[in-house]
Amino acid sequence: MTATDAFALELKDLRKSFGKTEIIRGVNLAVRHGERVAIIGPNGAGKSTLFNLISGRFGASSGDVLLNGTAINGMKPYEINRLGLSRSFQITNIFPKLSVFENLRCSVLWSLGYKYTFFKFLANLDDANARATELLKMVNLEKKHDVLAVNLTYAEQRALEIGITIGGGANVILLDEPTAGMSKSETTRFIALIRQVTEGKTLLTVEHDMGVVFGLADKIAVIVYGEVIAFDTPDAVRANPRVQEAYLGSAVADAQAGGH
Amino acid sequence: MSNQKQRSPLNVGRWVTWSLFAVVLLVAPMVFTSGLGLTVLSQMGIAIIACLSYNMLLGQGGMLSFGHAVYTGLGAFLAIHALNAVSSGDLPIPVSAVPIVGGLAGMGFAALLGYVTTRKAGTTFAMITMGMGELVFAMSLMIPEFFGGEGGVSGNRVIGKAFLGITYGPPIQVYYLIAVYTFIAVALMFAFTRTPLGRMLNAVRDNPERVEFVGYNTQRVRYTAFIIAGFFAGISGGLGALNFEIVTAEVVHAARSGAYLLFTFLGGATFFFGPIIGAVLMVLAFVLFSEFTKAWLLYLGLIFLFMVMYAPGGFASLIMMNLRVAAFGKLRQLWLSYLGLAITGLIALAGAAAMIEMTYHLQLSSSQGSEIVFMGVTLNTTGVGHWLAAAVVMLIGSGLFEMVRRRFAREWEEIQAYIEKKTNGEDAQ
Repeated sequence: MTATDAFALELKDLRKSFGKTEIIRGVNLAVRHGERVAIIGPNGAGKSTLFNLISGRFGASSGDVLLNGTAINGMKPYEINRLGLSRSFQITNIFPKLSVFENLRCSVLWSLGYKYTFFKFLANLDDANARATELLKMVNLEKKHDVLAVNLTYAEQRALEIGITIGGGANVILLDEPTAGMSKSETTRFIALIRQVTEGKTLLTVEHDMGVVFGLADKIAVIVYGEVIAFDTPDAVRANPRVQEAYLGSAVADAQAGGH
Repeated sequence: MSNQKQRSPLNVGRWVTWSLFAVVLLVAPMVFTSGLGLTVLSQMGIAIIACLSYNMLLGQGGMLSFGHAVYTGLGAFLAIHALNAVSSGDLPIPVSAVPIVGGLAGMGFAALLGYVTTRKAGTTFAMITMGMGELVFAMSLMIPEFFGGEGGVSGNRVIGKAFLGITYGPPIQVYYLIAVYTFIAVALMFAFTRTPLGRMLNAVRDNPERVEFVGYNTQRVRYTAFIIAGFFAGISGGLGALNFEIVTAEVVHAARSGAYLLFTFLGGATFFFGPIIGAVLMVLAFVLFSEFTKAWLLYLGLIFLFMVMYAPGGFASLIMMNLRVAAFGKLRQLWLSYLGLAITGLIALAGAAAMIEMTYHLQLSSSQGSEIVFMGVTLNTTGVGHWLAAAVVMLIGSGLFEMVRRRFAREWEEIQAYIEKKTNGEDAQ
């Protein structure tokens, strides 16, 4: 399978500099349809920057990003989103003064073709309302239907964030540290939720919790100083001496000792 | 928690609300029958449309515009020119449709100028709108052919044959035209808040970055909303042109823009009906309060100051908070405190107002003698005793007010805690 559109997402020699500092230094990565990829690496390795480049938040200095074979570098975030790529944020990024239901409904409107419509009532958009209700169930927030997003607990806000991310029906989902700041039990439940709602989709996630990484991912990409030093199955990455030397080491041992 | 169940009782409430609104518009001139009453009512209708259109930007879109008078004002100018064209027979439209011309003009200018302003949000947006406002005002002095110079442009709305007896000669007929426009415009602007664009506008206000990642171009959302707001602003301007039959450059002046901002804020930008309250207060302040005292702008400034400090949600939020308390059956507990606040507040205000009036008298009209009559009391502006007495009244009033306020704050907090507990309890079930 060498054809480009065999891949859901492909990065070709992607580079990004801030001033004179090169943060992303020639990243190549090809993710197949339906694969779950965890991106790991030490703090400051460029994981979030990579997500920002892919999703159009920043423009790349050079290189290409291909989404289902289409070059998307230089596009605006909303253009990329319309092509079927959606992302969540490390810092919770929701609509605080709208209700939970409204938050989710906002995330589905574009994909259902409502665009900038102002001659239809939201209440009459049966498909949008059904989809938002379905999302509400998926992220287990049915009881919070009318609660303002700002009044949710942290874990609920993270769940809402996931709901907004998958709302538009994107096929490629980027989750930036979805479980950051959660307790152990919350994390376990949350990973199950992520598995469920991203079923059949291509998933890229930045994650620090090694237990989560090895439990969730089909493949792991290890980034160190803006370069992908390994991209393989969890077992292969675990065995990779270069990875162990550069980054994993004790973290892998911990995950294994933790009953993995 | 089915949606259907929630919706139906709400719809009844809404139906009642809108009927009441229509009835108020209908009977208001029968209650306030004087010429002044009718003038005030007509201006209120015009102001309501203007403030609501402004709040489409401020409250719903988080766009702090300092130049909304550009769109009401240019709408007014185009409308008065249209009226004159109708008079001369060049424009075959009825006089009743002249405000629509204003609306289209407001929309056109919003499309033109908004293309620049709405590319940015936040402070930059605010600054650019201010610049646009200054630009248009400067232009109004430079192009007397269109803006009529210092005298403005005047027109005559009583033209052509009477249609069903409507000539727009008597002010009452103009009032009802304004009332019809007001009702429709308010209904349409309310409907807008229930549409996909209206909701995405709220989302842009809350978190523009996130909006870009659910497929929407925030600039386009702001721009489209800006054009719609411009249309309603222009309608308001057009009605103003018909009402006054003269349009001068002051309609595009920054002071007008500032008034829209301040009174929309005062009424309450976070609720749809807030700007309606604001508009009513605006007309009362400008038409009635300004007759009452020369220091009216000072009082207005003080009111704004206190509102921003203590009730940033405006009057609408005060009303909603008390309705919430009432819904939990706790409003009765507060009436004594409210009475106390009102009485002590009035005492403090009387003292302060006496000093303000004396100061204004000294500064502006001391040639007419040193005595003024304030609330039935003759005060001597040169007498130390009267100044001292006013100061004492103010200080005592303030002291008492503070005492009552503390008591009130305690009660208020208890009630809020009670409501919080109740609602959380329901959540858990």
